Amino acid sequence: MPKPIKRYTTLEFERPLEGLYEKLDKLKTIQATSKIDMNEEIKMVIKSLETLRKDIYANLNPNQIVQVARSLQRPTTLDYIGMIFTDFVELHGDRNFADDPALVTGLAKLANRSVVVMGHQKGHTTKENLARNFGMANPEGYRKALRLMRFAERYNKPIISFIDTSGAYPGLGAEERGQAEAIAKNLREMAELTVPFISIITGEGGSGGALGIAMGNRVLMLEFSIYSVISPEGCASILFRDASRAKEAAIALKITANDLLALGVIDDIIKEPVGGAQSDPEFTAKNIKAAIVKHLEPLLSLSQRELIADRYSKYRKLGIYSE
Amino acid sequence: MECTIISSSLSIHDWFKRKKLQKETEYTRERLDIPGNLWVKCYKCSQTIYAKDLEQNLKVCPKCNYHFKLTSAERIKQLADEGTFKEINAGLVSKNFLDFKDTKNYADRIDDSRTKTGLNDALRTGLAKIGGYGVALGVMDFSFMGGSMGSVVGEKFARLIEAAIENKQPAIVFSASGGARMQESIMSLMQMAKTSAALGRLRENALPYISVLTDPTTGGVSASYAMLGDINMAEPGALICFAGPRVIEQTIRQKLPPGFQRSEYLLEHGMIDIVCPRTNLRDTLIKILAFFKEQNA
Repeated sequence: MPKPIKRYTTLEFERPLEGLYEKLDKLKTIQATSKIDMNEEIKMVIKSLETLRKDIYANLNPNQIVQVARSLQRPTTLDYIGMIFTDFVELHGDRNFADDPALVTGLAKLANRSVVVMGHQKGHTTKENLARNFGMANPEGYRKALRLMRFAERYNKPIISFIDTSGAYPGLGAEERGQAEAIAKNLREMAELTVPFISIITGEGGSGGALGIAMGNRVLMLEFSIYSVISPEGCASILFRDASRAKEAAIALKITANDLLALGVIDDIIKEPVGGAQSDPEFTAKNIKAAIVKHLEPLLSLSQRELIADRYSKYRKLGIYSE
Repeated sequence: MECTIISSSLSIHDWFKRKKLQKETEYTRERLDIPGNLWVKCYKCSQTIYAKDLEQNLKVCPKCNYHFKLTSAERIKQLADEGTFKEINAGLVSKNFLDFKDTKNYADRIDDSRTKTGLNDALRTGLAKIGGYGVALGVMDFSFMGGSMGSVVGEKFARLIEAAIENKQPAIVFSASGGARMQESIMSLMQMAKTSAALGRLRENALPYISVLTDPTTGGVSASYAMLGDINMAEPGALICFAGPRVIEQTIRQKLPPGFQRSEYLLEHGMIDIVCPRTNLRDTLIKILAFFKEQNA
């Protein structure tokens, strides 16, 4: 039986790096098993690896960004919460029907400031993903989020939301319990929140399921995340009438952080390391934290009325048409 | 020989399912304009109806109560006191700002729909009187790109709500939509935020909003303004959902219960206040408007 090929990379467009990784591995084995000094060669290979990697990540196309955004290795909301905040206490349940593990909420400290945090929760493994319903929330998830938003308002604490979902769950129970109503109500209530609210798209921003907790005063996006009204696959099968044309759809839909910044839908892009957030979660978390602090600061001095007006005008002016 | 081929590829269950599926597609592929013919066949019960009778019965099948889809013009005519509808913001037109092209260029789609329907987009808005009560009235038109919501629908909706606030009048909006307009990508998603935020303002001003859901109301429209009524009404048998039945069947790999996502099913599950036949709709709306009038007086 042939030996399985050892893979150093997980994403298709990183394949050009394979050869260099293999070489590096070989050099390290030689170094370890013999007395020959390979340090110079190892350094050189590492250097060319880094250059090539940097090159690849500097020129990602929308389809490659989709792959990075959906990677199983990508840090999840709970990973980020652990790295950005302290004293996190997770709170559960919508007080009506159930707790939704696909959307987590809780109390935390950002530096010394109390904040309410929430976000879609995916898993890193199939087992975790099954437990988290792949980050696709049910109505009770959105209602739990709304409960925590009201809670934040009552105690005058800022809200930070993390967006990472392919969409709200399209299930039978979800429909029966009012998925549409749950999301719609959140949209209306978020517009009226009297506290500062920042939303960060960290992976997939999938349609209404993403927007359901994403109507912040400021919306930030990680460099290699996506935000769209429909998945490229869904768009391809509906509009292009051919699911295999998802790659074209991904380009046509303009779903990258740069596109959305140009359209005025988001306010800032948060830098990711070469290799994406998954290659250095700590570094990414530090960048996210800095961005939260930067955008939260000016909002803290606004009155309740000003905060509502700020949010209203942000969404009121979105739309392009001729008259 | 042929028989064996068929029986090996199609089980009896598949055969029935297929037949049912075909019927369902027919039913949704209904044409909106009644042709110049004198007789019309009901899409549901296949009964042949005299066109004038159908018109007189507000386009509801007298035999099976099937509610034919209405154009926005027909809806306004049935609903508003004669000659009271004053359209606002009719000149807003969609733009292909993303240079979006699927099987057809979005700009061409807009042009074609405008020619075909004589409308500028999928929502008409205006000020009108119903039973003498002044209202801000919005009516979606499914014949314009499946009633999809893009920048124009969102903007006209927001302006309608602002007009309601300015005139201190209730808002009534009839929804009929396949959801967000994908050709406008993220901007169509943002219209959900914009329209819902506008309704928050209306509520702050203590003005009522009556949402009437008609066949079909789905996706981004159901997950924003269609579900946010102080009173949610629906016409009988209308498909109302967030995710469409086919998507759900693919996800859960189960057969959906009968009547799933139809008005009556939603009523049963507590999502809407009233399932109201079209023949009663105007009278019911007038009763509701009368309720608010006394309160605001």
